Amino acid sequence: MIPELGQFALIVALAIALAQAALSLTGAARGTPGFMAVARPAAQGLFVFVAFAFGCLAWSFYSNDFSVLNVATNSNSRLPTAYRIAATWGSHEGSLLLWVLMLSVWMLAVSVFSRSLPEDMVARILGVMGLVAVGFLSFMLFTSNPFERLLPAAAEGHDLNPLLQDPGMVFHPPMLYMGYVGFSVAFAFAIAALLDGRLDASWARWSRPWTTAAWIFLTIGIALGSFWAYYELGWGGWWFWDPVENASFMPWLIGTALIHSLAVTEKRGAFKAWTVLLAIIAFSLSLLGTFLVRSGVLTSVHAFATDPKRGIFILCFLAVVIGGSLSLYAWRANRVAPGARFELLSRESMLLANSVLLLVACGAVMLGTLYPLFLDALGLGKISVGPPYFDSVFMPLMAPAILLAGIGPLMAWRKGDAAQLVRRLRWIAIVALLGALFVPLAFGRWAALTSTGLLLAFWILAGTLTSLIIRIRSRTKITSAFLGMLLAHAGVGVFVIGITLVKSYESERDLRMAPGETAELGGYSFRFEGVREVSGPNYAATRGTIFVQRDGATIARLEPEKRVYLVQRNPMTEAAIDAGISRDVYVALGEAVGGDAWTVRIHIKPFIRWIWIGCLMMAFGGLLAAIDRRYRNAARRPEDASAADATLIRSGTA
Amino acid sequence: MLAIVAGVTLIAVAAALVLNAFQGNVVFFFSPSQIAAKEAPLDRTFRVGGMVESGSLKRRADGLTVEFIVTDTAKSIPVVYTGILPDLFKEGKGVVAQGKLGPDGAFHASEVLAKHDENYMPPEAAHALSKAEADKAAKSVVPPGGNR
Repeated sequence: MIPELGQFALIVALAIALAQAALSLTGAARGTPGFMAVARPAAQGLFVFVAFAFGCLAWSFYSNDFSVLNVATNSNSRLPTAYRIAATWGSHEGSLLLWVLMLSVWMLAVSVFSRSLPEDMVARILGVMGLVAVGFLSFMLFTSNPFERLLPAAAEGHDLNPLLQDPGMVFHPPMLYMGYVGFSVAFAFAIAALLDGRLDASWARWSRPWTTAAWIFLTIGIALGSFWAYYELGWGGWWFWDPVENASFMPWLIGTALIHSLAVTEKRGAFKAWTVLLAIIAFSLSLLGTFLVRSGVLTSVHAFATDPKRGIFILCFLAVVIGGSLSLYAWRANRVAPGARFELLSRESMLLANSVLLLVACGAVMLGTLYPLFLDALGLGKISVGPPYFDSVFMPLMAPAILLAGIGPLMAWRKGDAAQLVRRLRWIAIVALLGALFVPLAFGRWAALTSTGLLLAFWILAGTLTSLIIRIRSRTKITSAFLGMLLAHAGVGVFVIGITLVKSYESERDLRMAPGETAELGGYSFRFEGVREVSGPNYAATRGTIFVQRDGATIARLEPEKRVYLVQRNPMTEAAIDAGISRDVYVALGEAVGGDAWTVRIHIKPFIRWIWIGCLMMAFGGLLAAIDRRYRNAARRPEDASAADATLIRSGTA
Repeated sequence: MLAIVAGVTLIAVAAALVLNAFQGNVVFFFSPSQIAAKEAPLDRTFRVGGMVESGSLKRRADGLTVEFIVTDTAKSIPVVYTGILPDLFKEGKGVVAQGKLGPDGAFHASEVLAKHDENYMPPEAAHALSKAEADKAAKSVVPPGGNR
């Protein structure tokens, strides 16, 4: 009964979304207040029904209702409760329901936190989001019903893929989807502004906190995914340039360009058309990501059953959304008034250069991701494009972007002062060069790439610190948005240090070890004590014990496991990690190779935590920026906001 | 105007980077039949895919180096790999390996690719198997000496 209620709720939700999109868009176009007033309650109603449907599916998983096909194929009565709930989004159908749930959460948020926006704007924004909801709800109801029954009911479920039975499964997908879907708000703002023709600084100010919020979730979602892959897949890698990772990274790159471009639109009224275009691209890439992952075009840990009908549906939806919004853009963008002029040497031009760099980098990632798919689809042969391609294209494109990010905040809006910039840059350059030269010496091995990476990292850190010092000395008010920007930029520096040091100084060995044997790696010694059998709630494991010693003292006892899950009977590696701020010691079991000997893989990963710490700093910086006070009072007191702008401009030139 | 010039320059630089990187880093895929027909390059990294022949997995005395045979049912090729095999590597299941052909005629893999799901057949491996099946079927209808 519960699954049928859930399905019925989805049908009601589809009806609400249809009515909402039709009424509020018509109302906004004709200026009918009664129609426009539907937008808010409809969005809230949509949320209630979608959340109810989601609750029904989660309940079916929780109560082990194996008469539901989705539950029978993705869960098991011995699966721990937390993973049974997480299994709700462990399948194609369930993850779509999560997508729609996130969309309705964003719609609810817009309907609640949009009191300061004009009614017709709210109606248009919610109307556009309603259209997106129509697309996804019909996709779900017509091709991927999560509540499909299995008759007769299975006695026991086929279990969740063992790889997914991890705390990462509980947090990574919801965060990532919050981010993906969050760009629909920026998209809806952009489309609403195009429909309305009112594309100005206040539009940018309304849109900014929403876009930043989506970007924060996406940043955390991607970082969690990377961290999860690192400890779960047992290879010690943190990013594989796997097509599915790229699918989430492309919207992130454009989203990053978008939040910067929005800053210019808000502060200076410039780049309006460019900002709108970026908003459209960011959401289109989110949809493309959904298509790539959910259509079965890609097969990986993220992709589910292949069904051509689904692929075609998403492809058509993608064509309608991208084609429709770009046509609207082509039709309306020329009406956008040009913004304030600026000189070549100004913060505007630096931000523009940066967003172009991000866009081009995204294009390169997209090419590497899609090209093999196209060749294959056209029957022109099978190729794969691996990490070396992405590394050699992405890094040269990001290096200038990081250089610009270091000095952008030091530059005044409109017209920068070259002599002053050179004076400020002197110190930054000295710090960066010293860091780039001397840090590698501390590790005892120098390489050009290592120094380049460190140069970029110290450059952006020193530039960020300089901006803070100048702002403190100028005695202007330090807003939380300003601090957020600095923190996020510093996060980029920390992130680059992490990547550079781990890439340059990581070491790895595959070994055959018998109990009592010792191996050396990177100044650590590893003593293998043998293995014993243990059993978990739904798996049996062989647990090895390895003592890690340094200078004769034992610093860690690591217990990597090889698990065999009882239902799917596949071996699974659980690595053991001794984490530290300056290095991780990472150990994974291979297989038994006769006698009591095992193959063992050991890694030393210097500064790898800095990668995720950097991401967290970026996300937290975004949070500080999004909660800045001016967004809350923006519409009610426009004179305040413009006064704040004037101070910013003055302090920039000071 | 300057912005446009800068933008075009940037795109040109990016295009050069992309082409250059593509040339060096694209990895082609060959089936055991294609390797037997000498279509695979001798000095370049490529991928081979198919099924791990049952009973072919052997471990050398060092405990780390393994040898196994990858087959597409028509032809097969011995593969040598030193390191830890992915969790879901099994005899009789699909596999994709990346590496180079050695002078000994064996494929020296630098990487054996993991699958994420027991039922999942790497698309390259599935392709190799179905192609070999189709070729066999075609051969059986063409009279001896006929064009293949």
